[in-house]
Amino acid sequence: MPDAPTAPSSEPAVLMLEDDSLSDEAPSNEAGSGIGVGGWIAAGWLIFVVAVALLAPFLPVDSPTARGAGPRLPLFTEGHVLGTDSSQRDVLSRLVFGARSSLTVGAGAVAVGFVVGGTLGLIAGFRRGRIDTFLSSLFDILLAFPALVLALSLAVFLKPPSASATAGAEEIDTSGGLTSIQILVLALGIVAIPLLARITRSTTLSWAQREFVLAARAQGARSGRLMVREVLPNVLPAMFSIALLSIAIAIIAEGALSLLGVGVEAPNPSWGNMITENRNVRSSPLNALFSPIVALFVTVMALNYLGDALRKKFDVRDSAL
Amino acid sequence: MTAVDTEPATPGTDAEHLLVVDDLSTSFATGQGPLRAVEHVSLDLGRGRTLGIVGESGSGKSVLARSIMGLLPKYASRTGSVRFEGQEMIGASASDLRTLWGARMAMVFQDPMTALNPVLRIGRQITESINEHLDYSKTQQRETAVALLRSVGIPEPERRLRQYPHELSGGMRQRVVIAISLACGPALLFADEPTTALDVTVQAQILDLLEAQQRERNMAVVLVTHDLGVVATRADEIAVMYGGRIVEQAPTQVLFREMRHPYTEALLKSIPRLDLPSHTRLEAIAGRPPDLLDPPSGCRFTPRCPYAQDKCHAEEPPLEDDGTGHLYRCWFPVGITSKQTTVDSVVTEANVRQGDDDQAVPAKVPPAPPVDGPPPAAPAGEDT
Amino acid sequence: MSSNAVRIIKLIARKLGQLVVVLFCVTVFTFLLVRLLPGEPEDLLVPVSTDTADPEQRAIIEDRKEQIRADLDLDDPLPQQYIEWISGFVTGDLGNEYTVSSTVPVSDAVGDALPPSLQLILYSQIIALLVAIPVGVIAAYRQGGILDKIANAGAFGALSLPNFAIGLLLAYWIGVRSALPFGPQGYTPFSDDPTEHFQQMMLPAFSLALGQIAVYMRLLRSDMIQTLQEDFILMAKSKGISNARVLWRHALRPSSLTLITVAGLSVGTLIGGTVVIEVIFGIPGMGELIASSIIGREFVTLQSCVAIVAIGFVVINALLDVLYTILDPRIRNA
Repeated sequence: MPDAPTAPSSEPAVLMLEDDSLSDEAPSNEAGSGIGVGGWIAAGWLIFVVAVALLAPFLPVDSPTARGAGPRLPLFTEGHVLGTDSSQRDVLSRLVFGARSSLTVGAGAVAVGFVVGGTLGLIAGFRRGRIDTFLSSLFDILLAFPALVLALSLAVFLKPPSASATAGAEEIDTSGGLTSIQILVLALGIVAIPLLARITRSTTLSWAQREFVLAARAQGARSGRLMVREVLPNVLPAMFSIALLSIAIAIIAEGALSLLGVGVEAPNPSWGNMITENRNVRSSPLNALFSPIVALFVTVMALNYLGDALRKKFDVRDSAL
Repeated sequence: MTAVDTEPATPGTDAEHLLVVDDLSTSFATGQGPLRAVEHVSLDLGRGRTLGIVGESGSGKSVLARSIMGLLPKYASRTGSVRFEGQEMIGASASDLRTLWGARMAMVFQDPMTALNPVLRIGRQITESINEHLDYSKTQQRETAVALLRSVGIPEPERRLRQYPHELSGGMRQRVVIAISLACGPALLFADEPTTALDVTVQAQILDLLEAQQRERNMAVVLVTHDLGVVATRADEIAVMYGGRIVEQAPTQVLFREMRHPYTEALLKSIPRLDLPSHTRLEAIAGRPPDLLDPPSGCRFTPRCPYAQDKCHAEEPPLEDDGTGHLYRCWFPVGITSKQTTVDSVVTEANVRQGDDDQAVPAKVPPAPPVDGPPPAAPAGEDT
Repeated sequence: MSSNAVRIIKLIARKLGQLVVVLFCVTVFTFLLVRLLPGEPEDLLVPVSTDTADPEQRAIIEDRKEQIRADLDLDDPLPQQYIEWISGFVTGDLGNEYTVSSTVPVSDAVGDALPPSLQLILYSQIIALLVAIPVGVIAAYRQGGILDKIANAGAFGALSLPNFAIGLLLAYWIGVRSALPFGPQGYTPFSDDPTEHFQQMMLPAFSLALGQIAVYMRLLRSDMIQTLQEDFILMAKSKGISNARVLWRHALRPSSLTLITVAGLSVGTLIGGTVVIEVIFGIPGMGELIASSIIGREFVTLQSCVAIVAIGFVVINALLDVLYTILDPRIRNA
């Protein structure tokens, strides 16, 4: 056609004009390509928490399990900024070492979920066809369980029988004797697999249809190579934001599982079992109860905020969730 | 200077001045500054009369209709004056406007697929405004709704009341939309591209229906369209809009006889004609409508005008009356030398079906089919 | 209309088929939970004895083991065991917990634990919808306004605060520190004392509801913002009806369908949340039962609870799926 046709046409242009002006008003903060001030504050807090968790043994805090600091000292006591709990243990040091457990569980579970779920999702989304149908229905079935109840069942299942229960029986194989943290990582990781697989799958689907992938495929690139070289690098950044959101969920789940009796095993602290130990609001020392709650809240909020910001940046569709 | 100047703007409820618009401008607040969608528009519409507002997408014609009615989003602002039945509508309270909307003035929207609420029954959507404005019992409301549906040519009206919009065809839905707009017997009806979204075969029926209802109810109609052919036989007066402004305005016969603005001329060339050989190529208007956030200096049509000269770039022409009630906004009007075009020759009852925005006007269109005939054959796609 | 009926029936049949498959997988999983635990099932299920050296005790234990093997049909092949178990399960025989002296049917404990949990979920859903709908609608209508900003910030905070943390904060600030008559721990059945029942349930229900409020509010808000830009909203306005009517009748209805779906899907979150909240507030529901069965290593109880919760979740989701389809006239006839 020689000319841009503009003459008679239907009306949507004017309507669009109105819609545009509306959307121009609202999301002024989305205009920037960065993660914003809030994003950097969130990232700063997360770096701080991770550093504290990694360096816990080298920090000038008491042992988290040492007793004898004095019972139920209040906040801002000399030498015990966050006071002590009813077992005379320093709350700050339990918080610091608790970060270690909680973050290990959160990051570990998501890592498991990611490696397994991400791979399966990538394969399902890239290969399509029967593999996709099979894997997708598998994910659907796993998702049919309430997540917490599934995690709980798995944690119980993986837990080596306690001494009292095995008494009377012959030697029972305690299957390598996983620690409570390993159990939680596995249990929560397995629960995360279908969720992460599903998201990876839908993201992969959209990328695998892009022209450059189709072009590479047309040039005879092998599927596996294509998947790793062309699709994976594009899927990863989007997945990173989902990972942050998932870690937040896993950290919360550790707390919930603690309350149900399958959390990180005492006396080692985690934020979840600190809350559990002090959950009686009438008799427990409040500094020991609220310190882990605040730490949990701020960390989860930082993860959520950063995850949301990155999700917007990488434009992961809500529908994928 | 304006249309109103030709007749003294005496506000009042007399038949001659049902609607008097004076220097109406509308702008939208956007992230890139104000978007002036309508500027300095003046109109005068008598009871029972029809005004055609014509322009391409983005010319501001739909916004003009909504601005007159006051049906604008919150980020829009209006200046000027709109008097309806003697009552000033700009600055009127929301509740005052609501007593007019649906009752004294109503609007028929472009796309019946989206204008009806998908999860409410037809009956509910019709009786809603009756319930709001008239003191009718439930039975009376229902009876009125049935009568309305019957009057707009919908068979089995009782059954339709219980149906949802998706159960009706596009043409039927538009009839329902018209029935809704007529529900309280408005004195003024805005029809915003009422046939654009419909099949060719249905378009003429809907336009005829509107015309019949208008005559029966002595209702004034503002017919907004991109198609000069649609208004050629139906409007008493036509206002051509471009870039948010009226560029030419005249009684219909006058406009077609003595077209003055190059844009109007271009619009006319873009519709199929009966008096030309059937394979005559239709002309699309080159270029795009102006960016209203950053309009060109001078006459807004300059970048696309085949006759543009230096003066057109430098200075915007005023909208001037040539003394006969024919207004146009052009330094070098095309009128005098151009050959005569009669109204009848541009009439195509079932107008050419419109495609997407980015689709050209069909390169050639067979002679207009009879009203109830089959849709015109697809254009042979001769253009390259 | 009849073709619609056929379509709905076909749809229900398909959903039913899916449901059966999922239910099968779910029950197999819970069934295997006990059978595949490390060690022989009867060793795990046998009552804990402190003094196994005592020959008399040993005899009792061996006796119990025999009984357990018989009760669970442990000598049959696994598929047959599953059939035995599931047919017992659907007829209300949930197996037994074994103590040294007695055999207690699990169905008794589960029967007592279900009502408080169901009530808790119901109350929290009601609270969540009652709060989220008006807030979401108004936030969408006054997009960018003060209420919208507060609601969004509040929702973000609420979503970062786990429900057990909310529960503990409420239990302390309202149950202990305030003079409000809420928060006595424990549970009183509605029929015994309605006032006390609600006093006890209010805080746990609200703890559960807060996260849901945030989810529903956000969802409804973004849905409504889209709906408010539809032509039919402008058309409704052009009829001269009040803004409130436009908002509640024309805009909320199309948006509420998504809300129903999400409310249904949230039942899973709520079930998980209930379990934890019950532990905090000392409500003898399914959560408490699960927690105590974990601590006491009562695997049959745990298995039944997990199965019931999972089945409930699956069935509710399937029902809502069908309900959603029936409610939306567009989908219903599409």
